Amino acid sequence: MKPTDTKNPEYFHRVVDCQWACPAHTPVPEYIRLIAAGRYGDAYMVNWESNVFPGILGRTCDRPCEPACRRGRVEERNAEKPEPVAICRLKRVAADYKEDIRARLPKVPKQKNGRRVACVGAGPASLTVARDLAPLGYSVTVFDRDPRAGGMIWSQIPRFRLPLEVIDEEVGYILNLGVEFKGGVTIESMKRLLAENYDAIFVGSGAPRGRDLDIPGRQEAAANIRIGIDWLSSVSFGHTTKIGRRVIVLGGGNTAMDCCRTSRRLGGEDVKVIVRSGFEEMKASPWEKEDAMHEGIPILNYLVPKTFEHKNGKLTGMTFEKVKATYDAKGKRRLVPTGEPDQHFECDDVLIAVGQENAFPWIERDIGIEFDQGMPVVDKLTMQSTLPKVFFGGDAAFGPKNIIWAVAHGHDAAVSIDKFLNGEDVRSRPAPGVSLVSQKMGIHEWRYNNEISGDARYAVPWRDQKMTLKDIRVEVELGFDAKTALAEAQRCLNCDVQTVFTGKLCIECDACVDICPMDCITFAKNGEEAELRKRLNAPALNLTQSLYVSDALKTGRIMAKDEDVCLHCGLCAERCPTGAWDMQKFLLEMTHAGPACRTPKGKAA
Amino acid sequence: MTYLAKPKLHHPTLAKNKLGYIRRDYEGAVSTLCAGCGHDSISAAIVQACWELDIEPHRVAKLSGIGCSSKTPTYFLGNSHGFNSVHGRMPSVLTGANLANRDLIYLGVSGDGDSASIGLGQFAHCLRRGVNMVYIVENNGVYGLTKGQFSATADRGSKSKRGVVNTDEPVDMIGLALMLGATFVARSFSGDKSQLVPLIKAAIAHKGAAFLDVISPCVAFNNHPGSTKSYDYVREHNEAVNRLDVIEGRDQITADYAPGEVTDVTQHDGTVIRLRKLAVDYDPTDRVKAMGYLQERAAAGELVTGLLYVHPEAADLHEHLGTVETPLNQLGGRELCPGSVMLERINASLR
Ligand SMILES: Cc1cc2nc3c(=O)[nH]c(=O)nc-3n(C[C@H](O)[C@H](O)[C@H](O)COP(=O)(O)OP(=O)(O)OC[C@H]3O[C@@H](n4cnc5c(N)ncnc54)[C@H](O)[C@@H]3O)c2cc1C
Ligand SMILES: Cc1ncc(C[n+]2csc(CCOP(=O)(O)OP(=O)(O)O)c2C)c(N)n1
Ligand code: SF4
Ligand code: SF4
Ligand code: SF4
Ligand SMILES: [Mg+2]
Repeated sequence: MKPTDTKNPEYFHRVVDCQWACPAHTPVPEYIRLIAAGRYGDAYMVNWESNVFPGILGRTCDRPCEPACRRGRVEERNAEKPEPVAICRLKRVAADYKEDIRARLPKVPKQKNGRRVACVGAGPASLTVARDLAPLGYSVTVFDRDPRAGGMIWSQIPRFRLPLEVIDEEVGYILNLGVEFKGGVTIESMKRLLAENYDAIFVGSGAPRGRDLDIPGRQEAAANIRIGIDWLSSVSFGHTTKIGRRVIVLGGGNTAMDCCRTSRRLGGEDVKVIVRSGFEEMKASPWEKEDAMHEGIPILNYLVPKTFEHKNGKLTGMTFEKVKATYDAKGKRRLVPTGEPDQHFECDDVLIAVGQENAFPWIERDIGIEFDQGMPVVDKLTMQSTLPKVFFGGDAAFGPKNIIWAVAHGHDAAVSIDKFLNGEDVRSRPAPGVSLVSQKMGIHEWRYNNEISGDARYAVPWRDQKMTLKDIRVEVELGFDAKTALAEAQRCLNCDVQTVFTGKLCIECDACVDICPMDCITFAKNGEEAELRKRLNAPALNLTQSLYVSDALKTGRIMAKDEDVCLHCGLCAERCPTGAWDMQKFLLEMTHAGPACRTPKGKAA
Repeated sequence: MTYLAKPKLHHPTLAKNKLGYIRRDYEGAVSTLCAGCGHDSISAAIVQACWELDIEPHRVAKLSGIGCSSKTPTYFLGNSHGFNSVHGRMPSVLTGANLANRDLIYLGVSGDGDSASIGLGQFAHCLRRGVNMVYIVENNGVYGLTKGQFSATADRGSKSKRGVVNTDEPVDMIGLALMLGATFVARSFSGDKSQLVPLIKAAIAHKGAAFLDVISPCVAFNNHPGSTKSYDYVREHNEAVNRLDVIEGRDQITADYAPGEVTDVTQHDGTVIRLRKLAVDYDPTDRVKAMGYLQERAAAGELVTGLLYVHPEAADLHEHLGTVETPLNQLGGRELCPGSVMLERINASLR
């Protein structure tokens, strides 16, 4: 293998599994250490810079960082139930316990730069664009057909998961940057909007249409059959406050989970979720399913809806066909009837939550914005459409995803808009800001706490169900108290504190090999990666994790370190007599819109 | 020295041995030696060997004298018996323990100062008697613990860290061990576990006095140019006469070798030591030739390593003395103290 190029920021970034997996590349271990130090405000600001909505995301994020977290791999065969660090709920800790941070937010610029940017929709994608551009002097106007800003964060996510104050606070931070919000305004025509001569337009209109289910009885029983997302937003608006006693929710995604749990709070006593596929394949996150079942909601699987039953124009129940999964030679799944008799369930109301679609009836197809199968053609890197001044992001760009992706798109689009309006090539993207700082203070003293906690993941406490099921506004999760937060924070391995190797200092004494608790380090003859991976002290089977390889050492061998399950405990560096190993903190911060994202103009030397 | 305990977490693929233990179960407390000390690698090799041999930790007794090397039993086999004796007196304590309970595996760990300076006499007699043990000298050519004075194994002409040249002849521990009748004699290097681990395993399987001289650089006081016990010097002058695999009775022998390339030596307990020859004419079962060869290569400035001598049919102290097979702690009061009538009878037989 060739020696690893650690100068490439991507190398060490990948080692920080959580940050690499986060669409907005939040410096996770950095904020977790700040929480452990009780510096909640600082931890909040690290988050706010990257992901804009720490309090909201700390309760609702899809948390792609957690399945990626090294802690889960490290606990394999070591703990009863291997679990990642509770990264998401620690974010909430920063938000809950921070001091007043308003003075640390960007100032509204006194001088505007004369450029006008319109955002369609006030969801997280548009709000991120607004936050990144307004402090730079852009005049940003955000339109939404709803009276409040927040998009689906506000209209879809139920209050028992996300209280209104949290939304108001964090959306407020953005609107207070001098952003103009025009609520209750539906944009009916892109052509007309273009005619208003904005310098750039960002489309963050989401994926607002819920799929319907066209089976017999749908029309006749329509009065008691609702599309899930329409129903949830009418609950958020306060238009809907009740539901029947027996409710069937169709669908296996997160929307279905919110529908059933909301029903339980609006009078539904016998609420069940019914899905076509198997329980395991449901789209909902495992924790959402757990939360629903915890509230006494059964999930029935392998049942395909056949008819809505009705009597005298009123819904009475539903009939389902029992199926099972079979797999063809290619491993493709098919659901085939089992031949068992159909199953019938009585009910008073049905909520259909079987998927979401995009809809752009308001964008004319003859104005230069190309569409492909109903979706706009959008550059994945720049978020630019085929009409250069129009950008897309969030659910509107590539279909329904989640808040953190909407934020990431918003940052990318803001960079593009800033470059575009400064006459630059939007495809030349700014490099992230990186720094690498030695953590050494003494022979065995580091600037970070390198003791490895053996604790299992802490569960977030819940409020008593007697209260939560009574009122939809009562938040279920209580959040960690400060003491538990500290203990959970200590489970983080500080993956950003990198093991950095300097071959010319190494005397090949084996001290690091002998001390390493995880058998990460090997001195061996060089070879091809696939072959080398097999003959390390512990086989390096996880191909998604890099091998860190040195140049030839004095004996002709190389040092090869498998990054996979390194604890970042620093013991290798403590036991190294020559300082060939050092622990260095790698901080990667994404470059957001602003002068730093632009190509430096030929400066005078 | 490291203050933190080594984290309990281990690599998810670590295998269990026949007893259900992983290698980490054979570790001891975290080392307090200098970072980079060769002794720590020897500890790691002992851990590996004991894990591979499926040794029950409570069947091992670790004995040592005084020195950095003699501190190491704390850092491996944390669940075994241990006795940290007086400077240079480990061999006597070990001999006594072995006489009292022949069922344990005896691991004597010592330094070049402990064994070749103050303890030379004890070292000699314990080997002469054929005590069934593994005697490891962690040889760095200095008194590490007392800040690096030359020890009795320092080579003539080698330089101390401050540039002083050693004018005394070194004690050749391998030569002594061969002369004194050790029945398993080997030399290795702390920086070469692929050689050291099988040697330790073979030595444990050997029934008799097994002596291992392991060159183990002292990074603090003897790892500079001019030293003959530094990492660089040892790597440059190391000449291995053989490489070995230890094959336990039940293991399948599968590897193919060209004729003449390997020699199998079957020990008492059925263990086969498979030697892959590196020096063509070297025969590790011929003591006299071995002694000649080693003198010759030493004169040429080479440091010969590998299994230097083994007597497969060795007998040990207990066989020489015809002692009772049962460990003394398992005998009853009547057997241990048969009474005045028996004493009378013995005395009478000697008159
Ligand atoms: C029930 C439900 C629960 C969810 N739970 C979570 C969760 O827990 N965690 C998570 O990460 N994600 C969740 N999501 C997904 C998440 O809400 C979306 O991915 C995210 O909000 C998308 O953000 P966005 O900025 O693209 O648009 P949206 O948040 O969808 O906002 C788009 C806004 O544009 C407005 N709009 C649309 N067209 C027009 C127009 N022509 N003129 C004016 N205004 C217009 C809409 O009114 C809306 O307010 C959930 C989604 C649903 C449906
Ligand atoms: C009776 C006695 N004399 C002297 C000492 C001082 N002393 C302690 S360790 C040591 C030498 C140890 O050298 P070595 O056995 O080579 O061990 P190393 O530290 O080099 O591993 C000496 C002389 C002592 N502890 N006891
Ligand atoms: S252990 Fe900490 S730094 Fe490492 S991946 Fe998990 S959260 Fe990130
Ligand atoms: S920091 Fe060093 S000693 Fe600790 S697990 Fe990683 S490689 Fe091993
Ligand atoms: S002084 Fe020398 S022998 Fe003792 S611990 Fe330090 S390096 Fe090892
Ligand atoms: Mg010594």
